[in-house]
Amino acid sequence: MSPWIRILIYLVAAPIVGGLLAGWDRRISARMQSRRGPPIRQPFYDVMKLWDKQSFVTRRSQNFYIGFFLVMIIFTGALFFGGSDLLLVIFALTLAAIFFVLGAYKTSSPYSFVGAERELIQMMAYEPMILLTAIGMYMVTKSFAVNEIASHPTLLVLMLPGIFLGFLYTLEIKFRKSPFDLSCSHHAHQELVSGITTEFSGRTLALIEIAHWYENVFLLGWVYLFFASMPVLGVAMSLLVFGFVILVDNVFARLKWQTAVRSAWLVAAVLGFGNILVLSLMR
Amino acid sequence: MLVLTLVLVPLAAGLLLLGLKPDLPRKILVSVVTLAVCCGSVALALLPMAGWPPHVGLQDLPVSAHAINLGMFLVELAMSLFILYVGIRAKKPLIVLLILAQAGLMVWFELGPGAHLEVAQNLFVDKFTVIMALINGIVGGGICIYALGYMREYHEVAHRDVPDRRPLFFALLFIFMGAMFGLVFANNLVWLYLFWEITTLCSFLLIGYTQTEEAKRNALLALVMNLAGGLAFAVAIVWLQKKTGSIELQAMINSPDKALLLLPAALLCFAGITKSAQLPFSSWLLGAMVAPTPVSALLHSSTMVKAGVYLVLRMAPLVAGTKVGMMVALVGAVTFVVGSLAAITSSEAKRVLAWSTVANLGLIVLCGGIGTYEAVWAGILLIIFHAVAKCLLFLCVGVVEHKLHSRNIEDMSGLVVRMPRVAIMMQIGMAGMFLAPFGMLISKWAVLKAVVDAYPSLSVFIAFGSAATLFFWVKWMGKLIEVVRPAERIKKELVLGEAIALYGLSAATALACLLFPLISSRFIEPYIYAVYGQSASLGAGNIIIMTIMMAMVLLFPVSFMGYGRGVKVVDAYLGGANVHSSVQFRSTADSVQDVAMGNYYLRNMFNEAWLSRWGVIGCALLLVAMLTVAFL
Repeated sequence: MSPWIRILIYLVAAPIVGGLLAGWDRRISARMQSRRGPPIRQPFYDVMKLWDKQSFVTRRSQNFYIGFFLVMIIFTGALFFGGSDLLLVIFALTLAAIFFVLGAYKTSSPYSFVGAERELIQMMAYEPMILLTAIGMYMVTKSFAVNEIASHPTLLVLMLPGIFLGFLYTLEIKFRKSPFDLSCSHHAHQELVSGITTEFSGRTLALIEIAHWYENVFLLGWVYLFFASMPVLGVAMSLLVFGFVILVDNVFARLKWQTAVRSAWLVAAVLGFGNILVLSLMR
Repeated sequence: MLVLTLVLVPLAAGLLLLGLKPDLPRKILVSVVTLAVCCGSVALALLPMAGWPPHVGLQDLPVSAHAINLGMFLVELAMSLFILYVGIRAKKPLIVLLILAQAGLMVWFELGPGAHLEVAQNLFVDKFTVIMALINGIVGGGICIYALGYMREYHEVAHRDVPDRRPLFFALLFIFMGAMFGLVFANNLVWLYLFWEITTLCSFLLIGYTQTEEAKRNALLALVMNLAGGLAFAVAIVWLQKKTGSIELQAMINSPDKALLLLPAALLCFAGITKSAQLPFSSWLLGAMVAPTPVSALLHSSTMVKAGVYLVLRMAPLVAGTKVGMMVALVGAVTFVVGSLAAITSSEAKRVLAWSTVANLGLIVLCGGIGTYEAVWAGILLIIFHAVAKCLLFLCVGVVEHKLHSRNIEDMSGLVVRMPRVAIMMQIGMAGMFLAPFGMLISKWAVLKAVVDAYPSLSVFIAFGSAATLFFWVKWMGKLIEVVRPAERIKKELVLGEAIALYGLSAATALACLLFPLISSRFIEPYIYAVYGQSASLGAGNIIIMTIMMAMVLLFPVSFMGYGRGVKVVDAYLGGANVHSSVQFRSTADSVQDVAMGNYYLRNMFNEAWLSRWGVIGCALLLVAMLTVAFL
């Protein structure tokens, strides 16, 4: 399949898949809490409803940052599914996240501000592990290009068990789920109000939702890479990982940001670096 | 001739400026010389492409090589005596000891074994030299122009208590610049050593410019540390002459017998590490912040620290793959992580910039220690992008400090309203320092690839260091754009000299990113190819993607055309009834509370003193190990 077709499929299908995943997330979470939960299509209804609402802002330029957040997230995913350099994908993802954080800073509201700070802390927590994941994949496949990693004959997870576990850990942070829903949360009980998204409303909030759909599909695509030599297993594992994230979200209370950074860095240093050390000794 | 002019014109201008009291002639002289130096360095880069290779022979000079060497010897002797005097007057036995040791060694060498040494080529020019000269000419020139406006305000408004010694200040700036040109053009190591010592002395005098107790103390600290590097340099020269009979840099690098040269290479790396303020020597660069801003900018971007990494990168082919190289790489890697983490904890703008410089130089030293063609390619990229962006940031902070009377990042809240032009340029500089698709990130990417190919386990340092880098830059950027309370725009943000330098450097930051493929293919790759026989590049596909990203980021300001359209402005949610806009709210027991927002500095998690202490101990051990390995 040509990379352009893959990108096209991603652009069209990712929001649908992402929205459905969000719907399942809500349904499964509800069942775990002995509730019925909304219909699977609820996230789409939410976004459509938000789209028609009036846009309130605290600072006039705040929404531009979110617009670029969405554009950069889509770009990141397009790079990934187009088969580009994995490091470049990470840098694009970082750039996207920074636009999101700067948007929250721009609103100049205390709750957004704290959310932005915490989001930065979360980024600092997951960044090393994500870089080490790319490096580990490079050490096995001798390439940073996603298409070459995907077409490599070995099942990567067998060579990268530590890195895979570490990556799972950072996914919890990246999905902004408990125990790491520090910067913003969909749940109403948070002391942060809604953190980074506090002052975003209407269409802009809808854009943030859509960006998350794109982002989640891209992240699950990365999980797939670990199993890329066996595509069916890969898709199954991606979905399983998503289910696992939901489960963890429901059984854990939130941790402090200090714990988030320390534990994520420890995981990166032990599982990630340990795996790389073993690989470099095996060469 | 052009090469010699580039060295001598700033030196001569420096001496002239020393005697120039009135403001206007100084302005004219500084502007003219800066323009000349800028044009000269650009010409040096462009002429070879037009088929005019630079002429570096000294045969057709009216004076003999012997006379030049004698003159240099006398200058060196005079500097040594001056440093000796400084050491005695400040009652610093270490300075006295170091200067006696190295001056004694050099005097003995130049009267004894070195007296009849035939040096075929005293100066040389290659692509790396040209890059360094361009940085020195353009960035250094920008700083001199900026200093005209800045120093006037410094003495007449901001710091009336500091004695006005501007003639000395500008003289030192230009001598510094001339010495830096000499340093990168020198092929004769004794010449390189002389220019090396001139930069040490100039930095000592410039750091101590205000003559406060703190300034004097920090200047002496810088002197001690750089003298230690100077001593290593002197030993390297003597050893090299004894073993190989040659003191030419190029002969050294191209020598087939690399094992024999490992010790002098290690000593020169040590000298480079002191000058580029790597741990355990980083404290001199942090202390150098007491000097006026142009000095910081000069030390951090175009001269001084770049001289250190220049030498380390020159030594790279000699130490590649050896244990010495591994130690050098580790010093750089540890410094990168410690510097990046320490930068998180500081709210003082200049200190954050200083730590960030230390960290980025660590990356360059890491590249030098690894020494593969990929690594050196990445290291040179880092030098270029870091010089431009860091200089821009320092100069912006200088302006802000004069207007807000503070260099605390927390006080820069709402800067985008108060000083929009400076705030935007600052953001350009910061984007240049860490964001895709700007320069430093391209370089970091290259470093990461080089490290993974050479020593994959070292990549863990880069992974953690980069994460910390991200944190401290973004929270600073956020501070600039948030607007908590209404603020007045400051009148007359920039005076002419400052404006020229800041606009020029902002353009240079953007241009360096856009022209990066050209810079790489025309200057860096030929140099790498000449040294290693193969070269690195990013690959056409990736460069296209980077360009697309660049275009997208540049479109961001365009989106502001829809400013305020279709939105309704409301007050921020404060968790209580808003009393006065978004600034005050009604809290418990009907009390009125002010809103205050402060960045996180994570001081409970990362302790600057603790980090530096263990960084110093660790890197000192690494250096001892490096020298021991080299001696054995």
